[in-house]
Amino acid sequence: MTVDVHSPESTADHGHHTSLGISNTKLAMWCFIGSECLFFGALISAYLIYINERADGPGAELFDIEFTSASTFILLMSSLSMVLALAGIQAGDMRRFRIWIVATGLMGSVFLAGQIYEFTVFLSEGANVTVSPFWSAFFLLTGFHGVHVAFGILMLIAAWASSLTGRLRMENAETIENLGLYWHFVDVVWILLFTLVYLIPALGGGGS
Amino acid sequence: MAESEHSYHPGRREYIQIGVILTVLTAIEVGLFYADPPPAVAIPVLLALTALKFILVVFWFMHLRFDTPLFRRLFFTGGILATIIYGIVAATFYFGGA
Repeated sequence: MTVDVHSPESTADHGHHTSLGISNTKLAMWCFIGSECLFFGALISAYLIYINERADGPGAELFDIEFTSASTFILLMSSLSMVLALAGIQAGDMRRFRIWIVATGLMGSVFLAGQIYEFTVFLSEGANVTVSPFWSAFFLLTGFHGVHVAFGILMLIAAWASSLTGRLRMENAETIENLGLYWHFVDVVWILLFTLVYLIPALGGGGS
Repeated sequence: MAESEHSYHPGRREYIQIGVILTVLTAIEVGLFYADPPPAVAIPVLLALTALKFILVVFWFMHLRFDTPLFRRLFFTGGILATIIYGIVAATFYFGGA
């Protein structure tokens, strides 16, 4: 089933459009996401460069792959609930939109809580930002991602609250589409991090 | 190019199908990890599965498959530049002996 998001019965997208016929806000969000690729590219590069620089400290053996797999699954499912929230608001079903936007926020919060718990475990095992370049790069990369998740949760709460007060309606579906782009980007980055940061080093692929 | 030519989004059913595929791919990744194959076998397979998940989220959930090609160019320009950054940093460390 395919939805024409600009059909009269679907969302009324009243945002300003550029001379290319593209929404300004959506174009700005894609420019932002493109620049974020560079941010994360630099941090992933640093992690991969320092993957074997353990300085006699602990290494990837501290990773709890079962726990991180569960966190990864939760974040992936939050992306699904985000698109279902978008489908809800585009169809004008605000109740369904609110259910899915709350579900997305809750799953994001569970992921973030899991990351904080994981950090406390690593710290208690003697891994911290100063122990070696490996852990320094790890905490910077995953922490930077966690900050993005936290910021996304705040925006989800704001969208939910705006829908309750009537400030966010079917006509503003593009706002939720842009929020969804941000949330999916955070998910896409984690898809990469799960393999590059956790699975491959834990397999011994980092040359440990 | 006008957006109206690219303004179709998948429906709920298709989104759920993509969600199921993402779940299965993640389960395969984790299963492969615990099967403990040699890294020379596991790493290329893991990277391929990751690329597949990446494509599914970017093209379906982020609608790049349906939106104007300009968004695709913006996103992949960022991705390509990020890869170039990695190449330059890796080369600096390798050839510079840092």
